Amino acid sequence: MAAVATCGAGAGGTESMAAATSKSNVTSFQRRGPRASGTDSGGPRLVSIAGTRPSVRNGQLLVSTGLPALDQLLGGGLAVGTVLLVEEDKYSIYSPLLFKYFLAEGIINGHTLLVASAKEDPADILQELPAPLLDDSCKKEFDEDVCNKKPESDIKMKIAWRYQLSPKMEVGPVTSSRFGHYYDVSKRIPRELIETSKWHGFFLPEKMSSADKVECCSLTPGYMKLLHFIQNIIYEEGFDGSNPQKKQRNILRIGIQSLGLPLWGDDVCCSENCDSSHSLSKFLYILRGLLRTSLSACIITMPTHLIQNKAIIARVTNLSDTVVALESFVGSERETNPLYKDYHGLIHIRQIPRLNNLICDESDVKDLAFKLKRKLFTIEAEWTVRERDRKKGLPLPLVHPPMAAAASALQPAHRPDPKPGAGYFFLVSHGVQGPSTWAILHCTPGP
Amino acid sequence: MKGMHLPDIRMLLQGASPRSSEMFPELNNLLNTTPDKAEQGKLTLLCDARTDGSFLVHHFLSFYLKANCKVCFVALLQSFSHYNIVAQKLGVSLAAARERGQLVFLEGLKSSVDVFFQAQEDPHPLQFLREASAGNLQPLYEFVREALTPADNGEAAWRCPVLLVDDLSVLLSLGMGAVAVLDFVHYCRATVCCELKGNMVALVHDSGDAEDEENNTLLIGLSHQSHLILRTEGLATGFCKDVHGQLRILWRRPSQSTARRDRSLTFQYKIQDKNVSFFARGMSPAIL
Repeated sequence: MAAVATCGAGAGGTESMAAATSKSNVTSFQRRGPRASGTDSGGPRLVSIAGTRPSVRNGQLLVSTGLPALDQLLGGGLAVGTVLLVEEDKYSIYSPLLFKYFLAEGIINGHTLLVASAKEDPADILQELPAPLLDDSCKKEFDEDVCNKKPESDIKMKIAWRYQLSPKMEVGPVTSSRFGHYYDVSKRIPRELIETSKWHGFFLPEKMSSADKVECCSLTPGYMKLLHFIQNIIYEEGFDGSNPQKKQRNILRIGIQSLGLPLWGDDVCCSENCDSSHSLSKFLYILRGLLRTSLSACIITMPTHLIQNKAIIARVTNLSDTVVALESFVGSERETNPLYKDYHGLIHIRQIPRLNNLICDESDVKDLAFKLKRKLFTIEAEWTVRERDRKKGLPLPLVHPPMAAAASALQPAHRPDPKPGAGYFFLVSHGVQGPSTWAILHCTPGP
Repeated sequence: MKGMHLPDIRMLLQGASPRSSEMFPELNNLLNTTPDKAEQGKLTLLCDARTDGSFLVHHFLSFYLKANCKVCFVALLQSFSHYNIVAQKLGVSLAAARERGQLVFLEGLKSSVDVFFQAQEDPHPLQFLREASAGNLQPLYEFVREALTPADNGEAAWRCPVLLVDDLSVLLSLGMGAVAVLDFVHYCRATVCCELKGNMVALVHDSGDAEDEENNTLLIGLSHQSHLILRTEGLATGFCKDVHGQLRILWRRPSQSTARRDRSLTFQYKIQDKNVSFFARGMSPAIL
């Protein structure tokens, strides 16, 4: 499938773009409604950017998040010009991984990176990126897992494979034209790939030490500097099309790690009534303004479990486009729960944006669990676990052995059909000598 | 309010098939309005809780443009092209409306970048982004007033001015206090609704149990001033593919203290690509 996209048709509107398609023989996949205002004086030019594809639903230009499973759940990928907010899991084990997948995907596709962090040097972050799987060995491992999956998620995963146009890969300047890659977390990305890629780093302690006079505004100085830095890069490198010397046809991938930590100078994680309570939301608003007017996509990880004021979390969610929350089982009682023994945590898709549309590509399944293996980060619906066990003839994991016999004698009608959108787990609990009662172990409603 | 009667329930149950050029005809039926006989001097409050009520904003935008009103749209949440593309699905072109002067569009995201990174000579409607302490929204009010006051040269006037804001909760996130936002709404109402005999529509998020006191203050304050409240809620039982939420319509009379109860109706809805279908609670076509 040829990923054809128009860039920078400022005021062209859909009519002129439709005319352009009819003139040249291109596919009907047209990016309608320009998100980036990079203006071309000569009208819309049909250019394809590596690592992007138009959305099937509304022609929006999409980039991969680096995790094909997540791309499927977000309706094909992350839209250019939007923010992906990842709510970190409690001990920050898996969210750095999503962050790194995003950046690694940028390197593989030749996108420009901008990495911002207050606690780690961006150069170190880039050294630790996972190595891409660029040959067919990953496909073999993937096929093993396919037969274990529910048919519905099978189809989803297989669709991702159909977009694979893989030429022979070498280590070196990567010319992958695939959308979404798999990574091996046990290996580091080859140094040559980092050296040939273009990236900018923002390490807060370094930037704060320089005595720049920053105009006073209600933003904390760290956020101010970061915004100015991002705006500078976007303008200098021509991602918003306003710089006449620079004609940029590439995507800028921005990654901001652990936004909101006290290291940024923000006290939103420290107390409930914080002084700079608007700093974070203002930062997000202006960042989104920058993204909407440029060819860039941003991932932000935020330790929302540390934010004590729930109102701020709600505001931050409203100001972000796509919001995904990770909840790992480490340290919680679910770690020892046999239901979850194959999985590392739950992933909640809290918000998907409705861009250029009244509706959005919401997945029907809301209860998703993830599992990290060396070469694969899979996301599955929770009830596939039960379904798999039920098909194998295994009883539900139960506490009391005599109750197990009683439970297995129950009619199937007593167990709910796994309807999409409702994940229920039942566990028989018992008093010491009392009768058994059904108790809902885990019930996840949630729009 | 004269001439109000309950909408025909039978028509709702049958699910009137939408004409593709109309915006949400079923919603017009529920509200008992058409673009030809839009009322004047009203404040409509749109509120969403646990769901996305932006389809109502798109509805009112295309409704008032079709009613030949002059619309000032303060769009703080999304870009112009987003609203334009959705409006085209509903049969209205925002770009054309802007060209002929019917639509004044303030694109919050783009303007915020301009005002934040460069000092502006003239007061900018979003001037408060540069200020260190919580200011007020007077520049924004001046912008609205200038946009909607009819020009003195007496040219063919539009029907009535309309102010549409998407959404007011963003102003709270940007550092404005609830009082400042309520002041802004008050000034706008005085000018747009009373002086210019126009309408005002604003969207506020209901944060529910998120304990956002400023937002609750704003919401309650606006609820008491509104003539019409449309409240969308996510279903209490969770996500459902066929029923996206519930819409509660409340007609009020803020100026008259009356012992009569305000009239309210509740419907459930499903959003489709170009239309929203409404049905009575529990009567979704998917389960009938």
